[in-house]
Amino acid sequence: MAQVKTYVRPMGGWWRRNPYFVRYMIREASSVFLAIYSVILLVGLWRLTQGAAAWEAWLGALTNPISILFHWLALLTVGYHAYTWWKVAPKTAPDLRIGGRPLPECAITAGGLLGTIGASILIYVIVRWL
Amino acid sequence: MADTRTIEIEVLRYNPEKDSEPHFQTFKVPFAHDTSVLQGLQYIKDHLDGSLTFRWSCRMAICGSCGKMVNGKPELSCHTFLRDYYPGKVRIEPLNHFPILRDLAIDQSDFFNKKLPSVKPYVVPKEKKPLSAGTYVQTPGQFHKYYQYSQCINCLLCYAACPQFGLKPEFTGPAALALLHRYNADSRDRGWDERAELLNAEEGVWGCTLVGYCSEVCPKHVDPAHAINQNKVNSTMDYFGVLKFLMPKGGA
Repeated sequence: MAQVKTYVRPMGGWWRRNPYFVRYMIREASSVFLAIYSVILLVGLWRLTQGAAAWEAWLGALTNPISILFHWLALLTVGYHAYTWWKVAPKTAPDLRIGGRPLPECAITAGGLLGTIGASILIYVIVRWL
Repeated sequence: MADTRTIEIEVLRYNPEKDSEPHFQTFKVPFAHDTSVLQGLQYIKDHLDGSLTFRWSCRMAICGSCGKMVNGKPELSCHTFLRDYYPGKVRIEPLNHFPILRDLAIDQSDFFNKKLPSVKPYVVPKEKKPLSAGTYVQTPGQFHKYYQYSQCINCLLCYAACPQFGLKPEFTGPAALALLHRYNADSRDRGWDERAELLNAEEGVWGCTLVGYCSEVCPKHVDPAHAINQNKVNSTMDYFGVLKFLMPKGGA
């Protein structure tokens, strides 16, 4: 480091200074809803092992207005999380090339998003009608 | 200069001998269609206040000296034009996350003296060959594995874009890690083992949380975020001892 007096600007509130960082923080925060939703599902699985009454009680708890509100919120934030997840996927993917040329980032993002939407529709159809 | 207009430029000033903290000073600067932000600063230094301190050299986006925060975004000031901000103001600050030496000049010594040398940014061959053995041959495919990462000009815009570096200055950071990958990805290089300790460390690739802004601001399209995040996979495979089976070079 330089042997002179320097000034280091504080980092407080850094993520509010740039819309890019705000979107990053929302992306990170949205994973909290995903985690809570996963815990609720795991609790359901655990209640299922305890017999029919426990399972029915769990299903009953899900019809609570607070639970329904949470699930709508979780759907919204998970949707956003999925979008941002595929948006950064080109950065985490290996060096993909077709005929020596790098695969365009938008192809990875669009492919992933279409796959997610397709899989979601498939699961909905299976759960709803099969 | 028939189309000369006047724009307000706010510059962050800091004199370590007098100021306890930086403050903004506003200048009115005439500009034409082709006046860069750097030329705006040069106008201030030449005509309004000769004490204004900032770095620059080539004026054509290749030397990497003139990086500044321009309206909150890391930019090469020679590569950014005043016309794009008019009729608004332009606010120019030193690159974020670095200690300020004076006005717009930052202390780069941590990067150039420590971080950059720490990644061994040179080809580490398996064994040294005599010159008489001829050149190392490389196919275009092998060349394209690292070419993009070799375009880094050390301008440090990616560090100014990286909040993780701002919060934890010990993080090796985007440019140095991209250069680390540039040499690891080179078919002539066998330096993985020598660079592994740094790469695998918390200050290495694991200090990155994939904000991704580094790749966004890079004026040379190096894509440091991609270099770092590919190496999280490599680092994991190295941890489990499987990397050496997958390395196309057959291990270091």
